Amino acid sequence: MIEGILVGLSAAFSFQNLLMVLGGCLIGTFIGMLPGLGPMSIIAIMIPVAIKIGDPSAALILLAGVYYGAIFGGSTSSILINAPGVAGTVATSFDGFPMAQQGKAGKALTIAAIASFCGGTISAILLMIFAPMLSSVALAFHSAEYFALMVVGLSAIAAFAGTGKVVKALMMTVIGLTLATVGESALFNAPRFTMGLMDLQSGFSFITLAMALFALPEALNLVLRPKKDGGASGGEIKDLRITGSEARAIAPVIGRQSVQGFLIGVMPGAGATIASFLGYAVERNIAPKDEQAQFGKGSVKGLAAPESANNAACTGSFVPLLTLGIPGSGTTAILLGALIALNVQPGPRLMTDSPEVFWAVIISMYIGNIVLLILNLPLIPYIARLLAVPRTYLIPFILFFTLIGAYIGQNNATELLILVGLGVFATVLRFADYPLPPLLIGFILGGMLEDNFARAVNLTDGVSFMWERPMTLALLILGVALILLPAWRARRARALQQGTAQGD
Amino acid sequence: MPLDKWIAALFLVGSVIYGYAAFTYPLLPFERNMAFLPNTWPQVLAVLGAVLSLLILIARPEPADEEGRVLGRITRADLAGLKIGQAVLLVSAMIAYALLLRPFGFLGATVLFIVGTGLLLGERRVLVLILVAVLGAGLVWGLVDGLLGIFLRPLPWFLESTP
Repeated sequence: MIEGILVGLSAAFSFQNLLMVLGGCLIGTFIGMLPGLGPMSIIAIMIPVAIKIGDPSAALILLAGVYYGAIFGGSTSSILINAPGVAGTVATSFDGFPMAQQGKAGKALTIAAIASFCGGTISAILLMIFAPMLSSVALAFHSAEYFALMVVGLSAIAAFAGTGKVVKALMMTVIGLTLATVGESALFNAPRFTMGLMDLQSGFSFITLAMALFALPEALNLVLRPKKDGGASGGEIKDLRITGSEARAIAPVIGRQSVQGFLIGVMPGAGATIASFLGYAVERNIAPKDEQAQFGKGSVKGLAAPESANNAACTGSFVPLLTLGIPGSGTTAILLGALIALNVQPGPRLMTDSPEVFWAVIISMYIGNIVLLILNLPLIPYIARLLAVPRTYLIPFILFFTLIGAYIGQNNATELLILVGLGVFATVLRFADYPLPPLLIGFILGGMLEDNFARAVNLTDGVSFMWERPMTLALLILGVALILLPAWRARRARALQQGTAQGD
Repeated sequence: MPLDKWIAALFLVGSVIYGYAAFTYPLLPFERNMAFLPNTWPQVLAVLGAVLSLLILIARPEPADEEGRVLGRITRADLAGLKIGQAVLLVSAMIAYALLLRPFGFLGATVLFIVGTGLLLGERRVLVLILVAVLGAGLVWGLVDGLLGIFLRPLPWFLESTP
């Protein structure tokens, strides 16, 4: 292994490859900041450039740099304008945006940068050590377990919606899952529930839904309640520094989530999105009672958790790609395509056949993380100043970015009408106090959930897999418990209250 | 009835319609013998949605949260405090943008949209606004078209050179 690291070091520290990392991170960060262009589309766009380079390690280094940069850039727009351009950074906006509203945008961005850096670095070390071992664990997970894992994820999200809102959160999850069924049906890919509209044949697009649920209601809210926007666009950027107590609070969170995110990223199909949501849910559930109330209102822990988890998962998703040749996410699938185009066959033999590619990529992950940190920390005050823009300019531009984000992906004006319609609906839902994040999460996981469910049902010719596979059963029980526990607790609290009232 | 119950009722109606569509889904001939059908999952979802929306409908009103505001209940008085007119105008501007994007071209429609909504929100320095709009639209177009190579028709139909 030492030999491999040295080969990787000499490859990654060549002038050309350093330039690749730097360029990749820069391009990724800036394009990732535009809502609507996630890492997947950016990497897809960069593939011709990468292939033109010709050298597989340089190309892969460039693409990996773009990948990290895009994830980081995506968290910037989540924090500043509540417009997560990437599914993996939706959880970042839960606490990042409230922090920005409180005038702590600079601090939020700093925490995001540091958490991403730690998550990326720790998981790169883990990747180096565990890559060969973990690939066998991932293979033990079948579709039934994936289905159960997603059920756990969804119920964890609903469970943390807060007391009294669990049913509403579940309702929103089901609506998200329902929206995900529009388009092509699982397994057979025949159009389903499209109401005869050609534009719906490929389903609702994630970007459109994310924009409609988060960015548009936010902008409309700024218009509807003009007094309230003083906090959001006050432009005051105070306390950029993280205090000692905050650093102590987030350090264990970052440590835990880096490992957990990495492990989730290793599993094919899970990836950064699930890692960030689960990371957020886990940290919220294990936090002390008084800190739990802070989640969703600008908690530093709630921001650090998804940020370290999603970067760790990005690294983790390279494990199945590099060791098995199985892409763990859409992004790594595109990377796989690029590798094959460069005449490198990822798989178990990659480490022996072309060790320089394998190790150069891993070493460049460290370099990429350091470059991102150096690049972003000094830029943060300038990026955060975006919020000081007067609202007569800010709102039109937020709306414009929202619209164009949805348009670029599809090149289709109907998408914009869907966006506006869903956005108005989401605004009404917000007024009625329905939590919106579960809807989007349900939508993101909906397709995967149904596919895995379908595969499991077909394999066992029924739903017997739910109790015949111990792992599936355990996960499903956990999922149900997560939903029932808060409800039971609330009921007991209410019963106690009533009891004392009657006793008086 | 508070707003959240109205919405729950709406969801119930939606679930029933969705359920009807799911249970009467026209299956393809070769799909009929499969264990898992394209409408299996939607059927599960329709039932779940109906049950959950009923639960919300029959649930007791929620207790007031710490701010003392009763959740999910927007009264007429609350609505009066909101600038609904402006919001409706903004939404119409977005719909107009969606419809005009193709015929007016990206640059034209975008400048029009930003200037229009800016004026709507009370910006009075029209020239600055136009300048910012042109710069912003041009920059984004340059980035998307030049760097990423995604084609967006920049100019209105009458200025466009035929390919």
